[in-house]
Amino acid sequence: MNKRIPIISILVAIVGLVLYNCSSNQTPQGGALGGDDAASSVYVKPGDHDEFYGIVSGGFSGQLSVYGIPSGRLLKVIPVFSVDAEKAYGFNEETKPMLETSHGFIPWDDAHHPELSQTDGGPDGRWVFINGNNTPRVARIDLSTFETAEIIEIPNSGGNHSSPFTTENTEYVVAGTRFSVPFPQQDVPIESYKENFKGALTFIKVDPEHGHMEVAFQIYVPGFDYDLAHAGKGKSHGWMFFSTYNAEQSHTLKEVNASQFDKDFIAAVNWKKAEEYLAQGKFKEMPTEYVHNVYDEKTHSATSEKIKTVKVLHPDECPGLIYYLPTPKSPHGVDVDPTGEYIVGNGKLSADMSVHSFDKMIKAIENEAFEKEIDGIPVLKYEEVLAGIVKEGGLGPLHTEFDGKGNAYTTFFISSEVVKWKLGTWEVLDRVPCYYSVGHLMIPGGDSRKPWGKYMVAMNKITKDRYLPTGPEMNHSAQLYDISGDKMKLILDFPTIGEPHYAQGIHADLVKSKSKKIYKLDENEHPHAVKSEKETKVVRDGNVVRVYATTIRSHFAPDNIEGIKEGDKVYFHITNLEQDWDVPHGFSVLGANNSELLIMPGQTETLLWEPKKQGVYPFYCTDFCSALHQEMQGYIRVSGKDSNVPLKWSVGEQPVQ
Amino acid sequence: MNTHIKSILLAILSVFFLFGCGSEAKKDNTAEEAVPIFTPKKTEETDPMKNKGVGPVTEVTLGEINKDMALEGEKLFTELCTACHKPNEKYIGPAPKGVLDRRSPEWVMNMILNPTEMVQKDPVAKKLLMEFNGSPMANQNLKEDQARKILEYFRTL
Repeated sequence: MNKRIPIISILVAIVGLVLYNCSSNQTPQGGALGGDDAASSVYVKPGDHDEFYGIVSGGFSGQLSVYGIPSGRLLKVIPVFSVDAEKAYGFNEETKPMLETSHGFIPWDDAHHPELSQTDGGPDGRWVFINGNNTPRVARIDLSTFETAEIIEIPNSGGNHSSPFTTENTEYVVAGTRFSVPFPQQDVPIESYKENFKGALTFIKVDPEHGHMEVAFQIYVPGFDYDLAHAGKGKSHGWMFFSTYNAEQSHTLKEVNASQFDKDFIAAVNWKKAEEYLAQGKFKEMPTEYVHNVYDEKTHSATSEKIKTVKVLHPDECPGLIYYLPTPKSPHGVDVDPTGEYIVGNGKLSADMSVHSFDKMIKAIENEAFEKEIDGIPVLKYEEVLAGIVKEGGLGPLHTEFDGKGNAYTTFFISSEVVKWKLGTWEVLDRVPCYYSVGHLMIPGGDSRKPWGKYMVAMNKITKDRYLPTGPEMNHSAQLYDISGDKMKLILDFPTIGEPHYAQGIHADLVKSKSKKIYKLDENEHPHAVKSEKETKVVRDGNVVRVYATTIRSHFAPDNIEGIKEGDKVYFHITNLEQDWDVPHGFSVLGANNSELLIMPGQTETLLWEPKKQGVYPFYCTDFCSALHQEMQGYIRVSGKDSNVPLKWSVGEQPVQ
Repeated sequence: MNTHIKSILLAILSVFFLFGCGSEAKKDNTAEEAVPIFTPKKTEETDPMKNKGVGPVTEVTLGEINKDMALEGEKLFTELCTACHKPNEKYIGPAPKGVLDRRSPEWVMNMILNPTEMVQKDPVAKKLLMEFNGSPMANQNLKEDQARKILEYFRTL
């Protein structure tokens, strides 16, 4: 017996240890994620699909990312304003024109706010727009292909930040300048800011059928910083609201000098009135230069066009076009609730938030309850438009979204939290911490008339200890909250790409059935497409050599090429003959100075290769395509400048055994 | 009795070691089984001419050769199939010449329309996949009437 006790204790201890190891592997260690129910509420079974698409800005990566919500699974990164060697975006000949601007080819931008197209005030799943902040542009991404379809440059703008918010039937997306600049651009002293620097509020008309964008008009406004925007909805449809800071019109040490006034403004633009003035010809046609780039899905190629003039409306000549609503302290986000009545100014240097009433605004305009006028723009009396104040919600309010059940959710950057409050009573209902320093938030449909008030994503500026450390640079964190009940509940934490400025969410049913699987080969109108191996060829014109090649599992045609010379410009025009879902082929060649190609079924893409040295170089398929992917390879022979090796191409010259 | 307790504890212990932590359990379990000897099930030797394959096509009646259909079939074949099939000789895949002497028309159409499932389930298609080095037949997303035209073209070879 005595002998046995230690044995039993040892065994018990071992069992205990085993059990401990198991449990410590399986439950999250500490953190805010407590119970198991959080885990099960974000668990999407392998093979099952998420309920929502989350379309998240890539910020300074220049891209857009697509996540499944609630799982937080990264589904795709869509290149928009930055080149992407993975997808050859900006590297292949077809997409290079997408990144053309009036300043030449620009391989990067700072992408900010994704905005879904809307029909009847709700996201319709057709397109998503996003703004480039640095070199002012707006892009349109087609949600049937999840590819960038169009980019338009914004003239007379500097820092395209209050963009590209949409009206409720995507009549317009807007682009307000964050950094006012000389309008038109000219060489003037920076000190002459107040005299020469002006803001531009740009309205981009969106073709309802194709989504094509066109700068319809700009409004010439005082040189404030136009920060964010949101359209009126329902009864306030026809109006667009822009927040401003730097009403001081400072041009240096703005962190102090642009924070002097108690109140800046929300600019309310009556764009239906603007349409009337345009129809009456009350605009000035100003010379300028900007670029419009369109990707054609049939030719699989983009074209870039320069535009030389823009229509400008001047508020002093167009009464009723625009009003200023005084709003405390350097408002950042301006957010309109689903009914269209409340216009929330998130005064970022204030603890309180002012909410304006649309009805009161209309009444104040009718009664001419003006405090003063700035450059022909009436400033409405603050008290006459104020609906209420959310008292001490937190510190540093930035952005507000809505759940469609009468509640608003505001991010507070300084106190790092999301606060839920009630529209109309302005009472604070709940608050949850964010990890750390939250910027934007997103409720699917939460800036539209039709929110899906089930989840909320908080996007943070600081990550610190949330994940395994990866050196000084870490991906920004996002947190997912369940907002279906009275209390917000943190249920998931996931990293994002770049800096997630804003996001949009949409129920998957509105997008997934329209998602393209292949490009039809017989609809391919690429000028250098070949539709069968019979048509493949190599053509020389001076020092330009064009290789018309095809891919199918698992070979290139041709796969042996000779007669290339040093100094040649070799264009590989490669058509993927596959017509099956998810069978792209990749292509690259040794010494290529650009990237790979990643060619979707039925698509044609072009890689330029400029061989510098004699020799024989392999090319191969870079995207694992079949059991014989390793064999999907060929050779191209490069001879001396004066060689007389004839141009020759073939596939399978050795008889098949 | 003592031995009894000991063996119970040992049993508990072994259970923990063997099944340890969740996901590990399955691996250990498999490892525990006797080394499996791979014995493929013998494929039933059926008459290939009676095998209709797996897919949407269940019945094809062949009349006289329709020349217009065959011409359209040839065009489709040239555009979508010649990257892997030469009409009269073995290439990446087998030559279609004389295919109707070896296979039923339904089988041919199902192979065109439903290649992924065919190489998983149909004994003849499975064997062909191995014979052609595991090179899969690409699904070119053809419609049934297009496959029928290609079949008609095969009859002229």
